[in-house]
Amino acid sequence: MAEPANDDVVIRIRDLVNAFGPQVIHDGVDLDVRRGEVMGIVGGSGSGKSVLLRTVVGLNQPVSGSIEVLGRDVLHLGEAERHELETRWGVLFQDGALFSSLTVAQNIEVPLKEDLELPARLMAEIAACKIGMVGLPPDAADKFPAQLSGGMRKRAGLARALALDPAILFLDEPTAGLDPIAAAAFDQLIKDLRGSLDLTVFLVTHDLDTLFAVCDRVAVLVDKKVHVGTLEEHLRDDHPWIRSYFHGPRGRAALTAETTAAAQAR
Amino acid sequence: MVLRAQGEWLVVTAAELDRRLHSLEMPQGRRVTVDLSEVDRLDSAGAWLLLRTEHELATRGNAVELSNLQPRFAPLLQQVRARGVTEPLPHPLPPHHTLVGFLERIGRVTVVLANRVYDILGFAGLVTVTTLRLLRQPRRLRLVATLVQMEVVGLDAMPIVGLLSFLIGVVMAYQGADQLRRFGAEIYTVNLLGISILRELGVLLSAIIIAGRSGSAFTAQIGTMQVNEEIDALRTLGLDPIEVLVLPRLFGLGLTLPLLVFYADFMGLLGGGLMSWGVLGINFPNFLTQLQSAVSETTLWVGVVKAPFFAAIIALVGCYEGLHVTRSAESVGRLTTQSVVESIFFVIVTDAAFSIVFSMLKV
Repeated sequence: MAEPANDDVVIRIRDLVNAFGPQVIHDGVDLDVRRGEVMGIVGGSGSGKSVLLRTVVGLNQPVSGSIEVLGRDVLHLGEAERHELETRWGVLFQDGALFSSLTVAQNIEVPLKEDLELPARLMAEIAACKIGMVGLPPDAADKFPAQLSGGMRKRAGLARALALDPAILFLDEPTAGLDPIAAAAFDQLIKDLRGSLDLTVFLVTHDLDTLFAVCDRVAVLVDKKVHVGTLEEHLRDDHPWIRSYFHGPRGRAALTAETTAAAQAR
Repeated sequence: MVLRAQGEWLVVTAAELDRRLHSLEMPQGRRVTVDLSEVDRLDSAGAWLLLRTEHELATRGNAVELSNLQPRFAPLLQQVRARGVTEPLPHPLPPHHTLVGFLERIGRVTVVLANRVYDILGFAGLVTVTTLRLLRQPRRLRLVATLVQMEVVGLDAMPIVGLLSFLIGVVMAYQGADQLRRFGAEIYTVNLLGISILRELGVLLSAIIIAGRSGSAFTAQIGTMQVNEEIDALRTLGLDPIEVLVLPRLFGLGLTLPLLVFYADFMGLLGGGLMSWGVLGINFPNFLTQLQSAVSETTLWVGVVKAPFFAAIIALVGCYEGLHVTRSAESVGRLTTQSVVESIFFVIVTDAAFSIVFSMLKV
C-alpha cells in the first residue's frame, strides 16, 4: 500500500506498544486514518480496540511509539496545545458517559461553555439544534440521562461530542446494546453526519452490520498488530482469525444483508 | 433587498455573529435574498444561525431565498434544516424561586419524609415477619454470615470506638474538672463522668460511629448488588434477600453493638480516670470509690439497653436504603449519604424518646 500524501492523514500511529504490566496489548501497531474516511476498528474481546482509542485521545499512556493527530504529536503536547486539539475531536463513550447531574441540553452546553463565551439563549439554540441533528425529540433537552433509554443516551452523547463541530469523531462501540432497528438508525445517522459535517470517524465496533454499512476501511487487531484494508481485502485475507470473523455465520449474514440493501438502493 | 453573509460562520465566531444579527434591522413584507457566496467556512452552529435568520425573516412576511451557497456546504445546511431547526424550549423560572414554590417545596419534603418513615416501618414489619418465620426453622439462620458481620461491624470497629471513647472521657474530665474546681467540688468530676458516659455518651458515640462506618457500608454493599442485578439473581434462585442479606446484618449488629457500648463505657471511664489522676490528683482507688457511690448497676444498664434498639435502626435503615438503590451508580452514592444521615437522625430521636420514658419511670 502506497503512503498517502502527508496532509491527507489525520491520525498517524507508528510502532505503538501498549502493555499493562507483563501483558502486552499492542506490539508495533501502525495505522493511518485519512481525512474524511470512516475507519472501523475490530478485533476479539481483549484485543485492545478500546485501549487503542483511549491511547489516541490521550487517556492512556503507551509504552512506546508515536501518535500524530491533525499533525500534532499527541504524546508530547503542552497544555494549551492539547486543549486546542481536544476541541477538534469529539469522543462518544460506550454508554454515552453523559454527566448524570446535568440535563441533556446542559451536557451539550458543557464544551460550549468551556471554550466560548456565547450568550445563554444562543447556547440553548445550538444545543437544541444538535439535539435535532442526532434525531432526538426536542423535549429530550430537559431530561436527565437517567430518564433516557440506552439508544437515546448514545444519541445525546453523540450530540455532546458534536457540540464544537469537531474534525474527528471517536466512537466506542456506538451500536452495542441497541436493538437492531436503533442500531441501523444509528449507522444511518453516522453516515449522514459524516457526509454533511465532513467528519473523519474512528469507529471501534463489534457490530458486523455497522462495519459493512458505514466503514470505508477496516483495521483488524489480531496478534497484537493491525491488518488494515478495505472490506473486500479483508474478505480475501487468509489469516485464520480474520477468515472466521468475516466468513463466520454472522459475517456472511451481514454481508448478504448489505449486498441486498445495496442492490435495492440501485 | 439583498443581505450578504461573509467570512467564517463557525461556532467560535457565533457569539459575534449572533450579536450582529440581533442588531440587524429586519425588513417586512419584502423579497429578501441572502447571498451566501462569500461564506468561506461553515459549521453546524453557523448553519443554524443562517437558518434562524431565514426563519425570522420569513415570520415577518418576507419572501426569503438563500442563494449562491458554495456546493460543499450544501449537505450541511440541508442536514441542519432537515433535522436541526427546532425552537429551543423555553426554560421557565424554576418554580421554587417564588414564595408559593417555596411553600410547595416544604410541603413536598414533608410528605416525602412522612412516606419514608412509613416505608421504613413497613420494612421493619417485613423483617420482623421474616425473623418470626426463621424462628420456626432456626436451621435457616445464616450462622456464618452472621458471624462474619459480627467480626466486620463489631470486632473491626473496636480500635476506633475505643480510641474515640477514651478521648471523649479525657475531654469530659478536663472540662468538668475545670468548672467544678471553682466550687471546690472537683471530686464530682467522677460523678459527671460516670453518669454522662454510662447513660448517654458511650452508647450514643458508639451508635453514631457504627452508623457512619457500618450503616453506610450496608447501603453501599447491598446497593452495589442491586446495581449488578445480584438481588434479582437471588430472588430467581429462590433465595429471600431479607433472609440472606438483611437478617445476618441485623443480628450481627444487634449482638455486637451492646458489647461495643460496654467496651466504649469502659474506655471512656478509663480516659476520664487517667485525666482525673493527672489534673486533679484523684488516684485510682479513690476514683473507683467515688464512682461506686455515684453510679449503680442500673446506670450502666440504662445505657446498654438502648444499644439493641440503635443497632436495629442502623441495620434497618442501611439495608432499606441499599435495597432501594435504582440501577445507577449515582444512586448508590446518594442513598449511602442518605442512609447515614437518616440513621443518625433516628438514633438521636430514639435517644430523646428513651430519656422521656426513663424520666417518667424515674430511672
